[in-house]
Amino acid sequence: MTAFVAALLNSFDIGILLFIIASGLTIVFGVLGILNFAHGALYMTGAYLLLTLMRTLEIPFWMGLLLAPLGVAMLAVAIERFLLRRIYHRHPSFGLLLTFALLLIIDDTVRLIWGSGYHIVEPPPALRGAMSLFGVTYPLYSFFTIAMGILIGVAVWLLFHRTRIGKTVRAAALDPEMAQAVGINVPLVLTLVFGFGAWLAALGGALAAPMRTLGPAMGDTIIIESFIVVVIGGLGSFPGALLGALILGGIHGFGGRWLAEWNIVLPYIGMALVLLWRPEGLMGRR
Amino acid sequence: MRKKLQLGTLLLLAVGLVLLPKLSPFFIVFVATEILILGLFATSFNLMFGYCGLLSFGHGAFFGTGAYVAGLLLQHLQWDFFWVLAVAPLAAALVATLIGCLCVRLNEVYFSMLTLAFGMMIFAIAHQWRSVTGGSDGLAGFPLTRVGLGLDLVLANPFHFYYLTLVIVGLSLAAIYTLTISPFGLILRAMRENSERVAFAGIPANRYRLYGFILSGLFSGLAGALFAAFSRVAVPEMAHWTQSAEPILMTILGGSQFFFGPLAGAAVFLGLKTLITSYTSEWMIYLGIILLGMVLFLPKGIFGLFERWLGGRT
Amino acid sequence: MSFPFLEVANVTKSFGHFIALRQISLTVKEGQTTALIGPNGAGKTTFYNLLSGRLQPSEGTVHFCGRPVSGQPPHKINKMGISRSFQITNIFSELTVLENVLVALIAHLGQGLHFWQIVHRDKQLASRGMAMLERLGLSALAGSRAGTLSYGDKRLLELAIVLATEPKLVLLDEPTAGMTPEETHAVIRLLRSLADEGKYTFLITEHDMNVVFGLAEHIFVFHRGELLAEGTGEQIKANPEVRSAYLGEEVEGC
Repeated sequence: MTAFVAALLNSFDIGILLFIIASGLTIVFGVLGILNFAHGALYMTGAYLLLTLMRTLEIPFWMGLLLAPLGVAMLAVAIERFLLRRIYHRHPSFGLLLTFALLLIIDDTVRLIWGSGYHIVEPPPALRGAMSLFGVTYPLYSFFTIAMGILIGVAVWLLFHRTRIGKTVRAAALDPEMAQAVGINVPLVLTLVFGFGAWLAALGGALAAPMRTLGPAMGDTIIIESFIVVVIGGLGSFPGALLGALILGGIHGFGGRWLAEWNIVLPYIGMALVLLWRPEGLMGRR
Repeated sequence: MRKKLQLGTLLLLAVGLVLLPKLSPFFIVFVATEILILGLFATSFNLMFGYCGLLSFGHGAFFGTGAYVAGLLLQHLQWDFFWVLAVAPLAAALVATLIGCLCVRLNEVYFSMLTLAFGMMIFAIAHQWRSVTGGSDGLAGFPLTRVGLGLDLVLANPFHFYYLTLVIVGLSLAAIYTLTISPFGLILRAMRENSERVAFAGIPANRYRLYGFILSGLFSGLAGALFAAFSRVAVPEMAHWTQSAEPILMTILGGSQFFFGPLAGAAVFLGLKTLITSYTSEWMIYLGIILLGMVLFLPKGIFGLFERWLGGRT
Repeated sequence: MSFPFLEVANVTKSFGHFIALRQISLTVKEGQTTALIGPNGAGKTTFYNLLSGRLQPSEGTVHFCGRPVSGQPPHKINKMGISRSFQITNIFSELTVLENVLVALIAHLGQGLHFWQIVHRDKQLASRGMAMLERLGLSALAGSRAGTLSYGDKRLLELAIVLATEPKLVLLDEPTAGMTPEETHAVIRLLRSLADEGKYTFLITEHDMNVVFGLAEHIFVFHRGELLAEGTGEQIKANPEVRSAYLGEEVEGC
């Protein structure tokens, strides 16, 4: 029983974090039509920025959690404004190639700045230690991430469905020409959405930092996981990102415990099954 | 007139390549071999990109499969190299069939995303499956056997290997070229333009895309097998996306709309790589910058600059 | 026993709550040039999409020469003998005009996987392709990139691609849309002579009533997703429901 609860908590923990990250990817695709290959690299940059803020500038975790994603978001805004914008009207391959090039650049830049070694970020003193739930002892920080994940998820949903900003963004996504005609500054919306997507990725990175070792390949794994999440859930669908992330979290949580040797290929098998059965994703539009 | 010029250049190139070992130092032959192998890899990648309009980020999976199967056959069974070259591409084609079935049914964006993911899956498998693939160390030290077929060639001799590579790559490129000027090639080009229209004209578009994908994987696997013999190793990195990025950049450098674009791009790419890696080990960042530059400023590649002079598209 | 040529039975198509087509039942006779008219939004293009396999009906069936069409993918439907043109010109801009037709020919002749053939040297393909272009008056443009053609010529090329697969039923979605009066007359003459040859049966949607009444032997009127009326040109013009819903003053002009 405790094994089951532990696996469940693990799944949720991984899943919720993946949800935050993948939702950034799917939102950017939904609004800009661009699949950002560098999304994982931005996640990694968020984590590394937090590391530097905490270690070199001795800024407390909470401040770092606020600042690091903002820093990455600003980088993303610059990327959109000066690079991405030039290739919107061109063939989709250009967008893919461009973000792929950014992936290579950002990945290696991180390696250049922070080295190829591994780093550790300590959770803030308030969140060290563990808590017991249903007979399972679980790190306090994990509960924090789960709570944060739910909070962010709800906040983003409200943002897009209940606020004027959200409506503006959705209008710009659905019909940019019409939106422009009624006075919406579509280019600005696109820039901000791209920045927002990057913010989500970096926030995921900063949140994940105390739980995972920081290494040069952390962006690589995350982008693949994000792809798997959005394929399962449906590219462009926000609830799909949640569903996909929870499923993938489940595969990791339960698969990791009971099917360890298959652990590497299980997510891919999961993705392949969805592709065979419902190629556009479980919540994708047909 | 243009046709004569093109044929003439081609002939000159062929003669030059044949005479190369007689005229140049060993090092040049070495580089030329690598250019030929990677040029084949890039040309088969371009079968999907330039002709079908589908951008695969996972072609390293086929390259790596070809390399590993070749390495395994040489290591455990010591087959004649001829048979290794016959079987390894088939293994890659099998992997391409499995992956392709899942990837070609959706649009371009999904295709790119999925090929990246499945390519990395092959990387992960190669990395983890210690017992078969040697894990992160890969396969090394496998013997280079005779070529077989009664040919008195010693693979370990770089000049012999160069000529073998020249013949194999030459024949492969000829085969791919035949494909592109066949009805199949025209259908692929039409699908790049407008795959819906092709379906409405009676062609099962997804199936044809799959066939293209399998053929592309086949020749990529052949390149991988040659590369394994060339570099004497088969490592997981061959299936990583950083490897998959190389044929992409080579093709973009040379020009995806020209048959010899990828091969020319391979030559330029290797030149750049040799230059840059002599200064720094962080080569990826430069790869990225060059790719970025090409995408923004020179999307048609170097051949694209001379488009009018060369007589236009494939 | 002979099957009806095209039989549509109780076809309904809904997109969520929006019902685009409601209980459409009709038959098209072989060799009878038929037109489909109705105001914008009446469901004509949706209907075409159902016939050609771009969409599947929510309810009902479509049969062509006795074989089911509904549920089949577009390429199979084309092989069965139904070919369609599109409202927005749908050609291969980067290929030459001849190559555009060759694509359809290759598909029709089943030569798609003939790896050993050289497309541009094949005499059979070339002669058949050129013959098709001749028929439509495009042979002079055979080597030009399709994207450089005038709008009217592009529409003609679209027609060439459609006819190259030698269909029995040809669905034309507003073939004269955007054409000049001369081009329209030329198309009417062309379609009439093609229809007279007896090889093709045309089903045409049009807004230009000259084209409709000039060509069609039988007319279906769609309105708000339903089949409002059918009959000959005279019957339709005389039908009061049709007049109020659609034709209005245009009847005087005919």
